[in-house]
Amino acid sequence: MDPNEHALHNAPFLWRSPEPKASYEAVVVGGGLHGLATAYYLAKNHGMTDIAVVERGWIGNGNAVRNTTIIRSNYLWDESAAMYEHALKLWEGWTDELDYEILFSQRGVLNLAHNLHDVRESVRRVEANRLNGVDAEWLDADQVREFCPIIDVSPDARYPVMGATLQRRAGIARHDAVIFALGRACDALGVDIIQGCEVTGIDVVDGRVTGLQTSKGRIGAGRVGLVAAGRTSLLTAMAGFDVPIQSHPLQALVSEVYEQVLNCVVMSNAVHVYVSQAHKGELVMGAGIDAFNSYAQRGGLHVIEEQMAAGMQLFPHFSRARVLRTWGGIVDVCPDASPIVGLTPVENLYVNCGWGTGGFKATPGSGWVMAHTIATGEPHELNRPFSLTRFETGELIDEHGAAAVAH
Amino acid sequence: MFQIRCPYCGPRDEPEFKYGGQAHVAYPADPEALSDEEWARFLFFRDNSKGRYAERWNHAAGCRRWFNVVRDTGTHELVGSYRVGEQPEAAR
Repeated sequence: MDPNEHALHNAPFLWRSPEPKASYEAVVVGGGLHGLATAYYLAKNHGMTDIAVVERGWIGNGNAVRNTTIIRSNYLWDESAAMYEHALKLWEGWTDELDYEILFSQRGVLNLAHNLHDVRESVRRVEANRLNGVDAEWLDADQVREFCPIIDVSPDARYPVMGATLQRRAGIARHDAVIFALGRACDALGVDIIQGCEVTGIDVVDGRVTGLQTSKGRIGAGRVGLVAAGRTSLLTAMAGFDVPIQSHPLQALVSEVYEQVLNCVVMSNAVHVYVSQAHKGELVMGAGIDAFNSYAQRGGLHVIEEQMAAGMQLFPHFSRARVLRTWGGIVDVCPDASPIVGLTPVENLYVNCGWGTGGFKATPGSGWVMAHTIATGEPHELNRPFSLTRFETGELIDEHGAAAVAH
Repeated sequence: MFQIRCPYCGPRDEPEFKYGGQAHVAYPADPEALSDEEWARFLFFRDNSKGRYAERWNHAAGCRRWFNVVRDTGTHELVGSYRVGEQPEAAR
């Protein structure tokens, strides 16, 4: 049996796989982490249980299983810090709330500074974070070595480590477990999770959404939330409007399993890589996107080579580590590297996209505000700034270079 | 990694090139007449289609010239390249 078929038919262990009903009060398009989180909070916070999540593949197929699991909230701008800090606070309660061991580990995230500009930007960001109630510290090179002994902080490195910002409450979680926990929680609240159900059309009557055409027939819907990451443009085209995102491959890799040597998450812009070590022991690395547009979920090997070279510069230890697996996902990148969450030109149709290379960390916050938007028809105060109309008003939230990571 | 045919140098590996996004996005003929919505579309909105896509590349580690490519964003198949000033039909 095709492994995909296998996953499809064995899913009911944690959630049912029902046939779609003729209509729902609300339908979420996209069964990734943000889609599941949206459905979860629709049911939990807003008491909406006549809802479905439709997913073209299967739960645990797309970017939910292709990310590097980093969670942090040390963003520069107020709007972003508020959004990601809300998400981080929810992460801190999710293991108990979802009653599932998601291995949420607040082991700290270091963002390294390698030149004077990095240092200034980092110190500024630490101050901005503190003003926004986000924990942040500035470490000098000695303190970096103390906190994470295996980083090469020697002054004769090509890009010497001059210090780092540290967010101690940041960390990682096990992404598979988050999928299982959310899928199960949605199902328990009565949400229909419909896999293998591809949306092929969006019915709009008099400027208002009325339902979806899918590979499993028409599904009527009073409200629809599009939460489809890199495939959002294809969906909004069906509803007659565009979003300013470009879909790119983002690649990552894991090494074979090693004993625990890396006690925190390390990110570097100038030596472009981010690294952590999974609970099992694999080194997990990622870096930037492949530059070209793509829907093919794969990229060039040279991009992987570049991030491994960067990893080697920071961690000479890793020279003997061997790559187990590389992969690519399709990320939805916005011109200002901030998401779009809110209303659309079509009534009762809402969109949540543009999280680009950093969506995993936002999962609970994204679901929280998207559920509010769908349930009330108005954006939550946290996602009001992240509107689709900001590209016309000019009120961009420019996190390119500001978000503690190069995009 | 794929190979791209530079119209001036011939086929070369992808890392020699820089990507320039969607091709044939013309600067507005009468910029001052544009509404905010039209400016937004010119500045921030680009086609993000799945399938054949006309896009700009620069042969950064070669002749350093800009040219256009038709490539399938669903499969990475390179249909062909053509020079600035030509239309996608000229791709080969």
